[in-house]
Amino acid sequence: MAVELDVFVGNTTIMDEEVYQLWLDGYTVNDAVKVRMEGGVMDECEASADVLLSDTMDQYRTFQMCERLLHSPAKLANQLLFQIPPHRQTVLIERYYAFDDAFVREVLGKKLSKGTKKDLDDISAKTSVTLKSCRRQFDNFKRVFKVVEELKGPLVENIRQHFLLSDKLARDYAAIVFFANNRFETGKRKLQYLTFQDFAFCAGQLINNWTVGAVDNMVEDMDVDLDKEFLQELKELKILITDKDLLDQHKSLVCTALRGKTKAFNEMEANFKNLSRGLVNIAAKLTNTKDVRDFFIDLVEKFIEPCRSDRWTAADMKLYLTHYTNSAHILDTFKHQVVWDRYMGVIKSCIFKMYHD
Amino acid sequence: MPGKLKAKIVAGRHLPVMDRASDLTDAFVEVKFGNTTFKTDVCPKSLNPQWNSEWFKFEVDDEDLQDEPLQITVLDHDTYSANDAIGKVYIDIDPLLCTEAASVISGWFPIYDTIHGIRGEINVLVKVELFNDLNRFRQSSCGVKFFCTTSIPRCYRAAMVHGFVEELVVNEDPEYQWIDRIRTPRASNEARQRLISLMSGELQRKIGLKVLEMGGNAVVGYLQCFDLEGESGLVVRAIGTACTLDKLSSGSAPNTNTHVHPNTAPASNACNSPSKDGKEPVFGEDLPSSSGPPTPFRALPTSSSSPPPFSPSKPCSRQSSSSDTDLSLTPKTGMGSGGSAGKEAGPLKTLLRQQTQTALEQREFPFFTLTSFPPGFLVHVGGVVSARSVKLLDRIHNPDEPETRDAWWEEIRQEIKSHAKALGCHAVIGYSESTSICEEVCILSASGTAAILNPRYMREGCLDIGSTDHRFEEPSPPSCGFCHIPYDELNMPFPAQLTYCYHCRRQKVPDVLFTTIDLPPEAAVTGKGCLIQARLCRLKKKAQGEVNATAISNLLPFMEYELHTQLMNKLKLRNMNALFGLHIQISVGENMLLGLASATGVYLTALPAPGGIQIAGKTPGDLSNEHHILTIQKRINDAIAKNKELYQINPPELTEEGVGSPIPEPRQRSRLFRSHSESSDELSELDLSHGKKDAFVLEIDDTDAVEDIHSLLTDAHPPTGFYSCNTEIMPGIYNWTSGIQMFTSVRVFRLSNANLTNQGLNKIFTDLCENLLKSFYFKLRSMIPCCLCHLNFTVAVPEEELIQVTVTAVAMTFDKDQTQEKPADKPITKGSSETEEQLQFPLELCADTSSANTQPSSKISGVPESTNVSSRVSSLERCSPLPEGRSRSLRSSRSFGGSSVTVVKMTPLSFLPGIRIIKYLGIINMFFIRETTSLREEGGVSGFLHSFIAEVFAMVRAHVAALGGNAVVSYSMKECVLMENPNKNQAQCLINVSGDAVICVRETDQETTASMTNIGQTCSSGTDGAT
Repeated sequence: MAVELDVFVGNTTIMDEEVYQLWLDGYTVNDAVKVRMEGGVMDECEASADVLLSDTMDQYRTFQMCERLLHSPAKLANQLLFQIPPHRQTVLIERYYAFDDAFVREVLGKKLSKGTKKDLDDISAKTSVTLKSCRRQFDNFKRVFKVVEELKGPLVENIRQHFLLSDKLARDYAAIVFFANNRFETGKRKLQYLTFQDFAFCAGQLINNWTVGAVDNMVEDMDVDLDKEFLQELKELKILITDKDLLDQHKSLVCTALRGKTKAFNEMEANFKNLSRGLVNIAAKLTNTKDVRDFFIDLVEKFIEPCRSDRWTAADMKLYLTHYTNSAHILDTFKHQVVWDRYMGVIKSCIFKMYHD
Repeated sequence: MPGKLKAKIVAGRHLPVMDRASDLTDAFVEVKFGNTTFKTDVCPKSLNPQWNSEWFKFEVDDEDLQDEPLQITVLDHDTYSANDAIGKVYIDIDPLLCTEAASVISGWFPIYDTIHGIRGEINVLVKVELFNDLNRFRQSSCGVKFFCTTSIPRCYRAAMVHGFVEELVVNEDPEYQWIDRIRTPRASNEARQRLISLMSGELQRKIGLKVLEMGGNAVVGYLQCFDLEGESGLVVRAIGTACTLDKLSSGSAPNTNTHVHPNTAPASNACNSPSKDGKEPVFGEDLPSSSGPPTPFRALPTSSSSPPPFSPSKPCSRQSSSSDTDLSLTPKTGMGSGGSAGKEAGPLKTLLRQQTQTALEQREFPFFTLTSFPPGFLVHVGGVVSARSVKLLDRIHNPDEPETRDAWWEEIRQEIKSHAKALGCHAVIGYSESTSICEEVCILSASGTAAILNPRYMREGCLDIGSTDHRFEEPSPPSCGFCHIPYDELNMPFPAQLTYCYHCRRQKVPDVLFTTIDLPPEAAVTGKGCLIQARLCRLKKKAQGEVNATAISNLLPFMEYELHTQLMNKLKLRNMNALFGLHIQISVGENMLLGLASATGVYLTALPAPGGIQIAGKTPGDLSNEHHILTIQKRINDAIAKNKELYQINPPELTEEGVGSPIPEPRQRSRLFRSHSESSDELSELDLSHGKKDAFVLEIDDTDAVEDIHSLLTDAHPPTGFYSCNTEIMPGIYNWTSGIQMFTSVRVFRLSNANLTNQGLNKIFTDLCENLLKSFYFKLRSMIPCCLCHLNFTVAVPEEELIQVTVTAVAMTFDKDQTQEKPADKPITKGSSETEEQLQFPLELCADTSSANTQPSSKISGVPESTNVSSRVSSLERCSPLPEGRSRSLRSSRSFGGSSVTVVKMTPLSFLPGIRIIKYLGIINMFFIRETTSLREEGGVSGFLHSFIAEVFAMVRAHVAALGGNAVVSYSMKECVLMENPNKNQAQCLINVSGDAVICVRETDQETTASMTNIGQTCSSGTDGAT
């Protein structure tokens, strides 16, 4: 004796957001029923476990039927099969493309290939995000990556229009695409303290200032590839550390400006040359793809860690970097002001973002 | 050549990939009508082809226009092999044949394949140029309007109600033809779909002819059904009520408005000029050509049939003889319900009868498929009449002469007519017919409500409510008049108790009243109503042929009796005294019969309060038994008390004078007999207690009885905030808000092959129905406070050991704070409250926690947060698809690259709360077959059916949108036949749906509301005038 068939179809498609989330999180029907029971939804309407099971199955089926449409969200708006109010469509899409920070942190900067997909079970075990959910998120990354790869125009805008995502989510996806494309290393132990949002912010900075799109907005891949010319020009900055006079001059200008304004002044003075070498060397090496990948590691090792061991506060950091950047303008023999600003602008905001525990 | 059909194929989108190599499709389209086919060019390598074809023109007879659908086939061009079909679209062009309905069909249609389901969409434009043809011998009936709605449609008034029309056509079922063995399932399914489409067209045309013959211009309450008789053929049959309808121009008062809802007032300005109304009168008789007072109209007897003389006062046995013409195994059980007899026969009644007789006697069958009537039309209601007959099917030899099937129905209708006569009634309203087929056995059923109607509507054209017809002036107010007994008190058709009407104290009323109609809007009701169901399973032995038919015939009366008893007990338990919308379905399977009776219980103020229910033990001495009985009695009393509170039944205190003995005396007992005791002898006992109010007695004499009492008590109440009914509107709720959600739910239950008893089966069946209801409440909880209306349950036994229950209903939200108000009291307040509520209009159903939480909570607290509401409106306005303007603007944006899809609302009701219907676009009647050979891959039977139902909804919506409409009213799923074979990984399903496509607008602007209020007032005063 069993219910052999059980369906419920509304003219307006009924979707419970709670169940949708459970489905997205990769719960099985039975687990979802358990979660819902614990959530107390049964008391709401004098429902029994059977009712809950039937409802959950129905909703899961609906979501599965919708999933195909969610893969190209623009279709959701003009398909005829499901009558879903527009505000509801927005929610469906936004939630479907939402991801877990823990998961994205694991795959950020990795190649979105079959190989990575095979490792998803490890990631699932590590992050305690279900494998099903991991797969969905990974496939979303890959799908977005593939679509925007071939499009011209601004990355964030393309993602937003093509996948009908909110601005915030589109920016996050832009970061993911950008990281995947440049294969930035984010997995090293020293980088573990950084959150996805830290990286997403940095990605935004890099996209806006260092890519081809920052100067020309009608090229393919404009927001995904770094501006090669700019990277070449960065080599010129080396003069700041190779020319002894310039280095001393720079140091004295910075120290004059900083004196008396911070408790960490002595450490700053003592470390100036080291830190400056660190930053300029990073700039000079960016023409190598390998060094681009290590960009964030280098920032941490060459700059953030020394400062942290000297117990700089965030305010110290801000003060130091501001004067460090500005003082270079006063150096009369230093001719690469534009490149310097373009470089330091990004470095400054990235370091501010990354300088925390 | 009276018509030119033009079609243009614009574009396709979301086509499936047909060429694996290129991941693209080379699509072209074939457009076929009758025997003419046109083709578009091939649009190579595109999933979103733009054909932009020329206009394909078909010159055809209007007869063909009515019968044939336009058939559009999308194919993938293949140079080397046969072209692959992607799918088809059938477009019924009937709505274009009526000058007042749609003028063009234009929009995106889902491309449907019976094996793969929906595969992309195609944009099509269709127009018809019709030339007038005054040939009086013509076979077409273009221009006759069809409505599924079982009341006079909004924006029309009934100039005259002509009466019953019926027709049936038969054919061989392609699925059972020899050729089916060699053709593909797809070809077979398409042949079937096409045939049924043709047959429905033909049927509709023939009915239309009958209507024209009678002098009408419309069919209201059109009910079309299929009988899939398997080997013996395919029957399509339809019944309806022929009417002459006048379109209301914007200024006129809606005197046909039968609903309490103020916004139903059909002031319509979008309707075409009324002068086109009755196009091409047939026999030179002029139809009313303007909205002014129509010319009186003579009822034309149907020329073909010679109606037998009809004398309603002739007493006649209610129970029919069990003799049958061909097989002599027909148990035709008549069921007259309710009622008791009074003492003096009103002379007025006799007069009334004599006068109405003339109007009705010309009709062979004075039947009306309507369930709701213009005020003043319904005079008295007698009770439910029903007839059933068991037949053995044999092959239909000559499809052109479906005489056997006609004769069968004729027989049943005669029987219904005689039952009605026995109840002293000359008409049957809320009439419907149905069948249940298992192998070669077929149960034909018909039921309705015996009634006395005001003949004005049938005799003459003028129906102005203000001018009361004094000859028939009722001495009783309309709020109770229909309850007064129509039959002779001294010659009662069945034993019952009569009392004086509790409302007017002048006429006799029965103690309970069962009907198949909707609650008349003017009826006085105490408290709220609720859904009452009686469910029953009876095992039977497997048998063949006549033996089987006899076995079924023998079971039927017992089932009817038991269902009736259950209904009565449940009604008493809920402290109510009348049932509306009663529908009893008996479904036959190989080894069992299923009975399901659904109705909406209500406490009619005019009827006496029901007594309680008392339990009596068989052996009084037994102490433990005594104790047991006491416990049960207590539970029952508690249940009754609780129900009283739940449904807010607080009847006004009665004064003693003139009324028999209204106060229940628990010691006075009448007896209720269980089905196994033949009751005829003991009926005298019942009569002894006549005139006394008393309790029902349930005797506990065996385990069956205990079970029954348990099942009586196990019906769960709907959770707080929910109400349910199977009628159009819920008695006692008047302030609907605009949230609606129509749904269809199907459950199939497999019985284990363990030895099941009747009791065990009953429990399973009851649980199945109860659990379904519980599921609905749970799913729709975000709509609280809300009411499930028009809950339509259909049961079937598709295979041995399978029980299938299909439910279609609509959930509607209402404003909790005003539920107590009666509409008649405050038409104006109600009008204004309506406008407030429409603000929430597009919020359909949302499980969206954020908005769902705010909405109900603000409602419950009773303080509409105006800021909250208005902000929501602005945000929703954008996404609201409802056309503020007219269909044309809508259409232009839709057909050419418009990405947004028109929202189409669907409801089984004849109206939409908070929304005004401004135009009827024609009937939607669609039949689909879906088959799969990869059942597992599609998610099992549930997955298969889920997507099929969703597809059917999508196709209905697309057709309505293409007609320029934005809603379907009176929607119903007539048929949902599912066959599965999980072992072979196969399943097949047939679905038939119907409804009326309409254009409706929200009642937003202030001006409309003002005029609405006026109309409401006119309406209510008009009603008063009629009393």
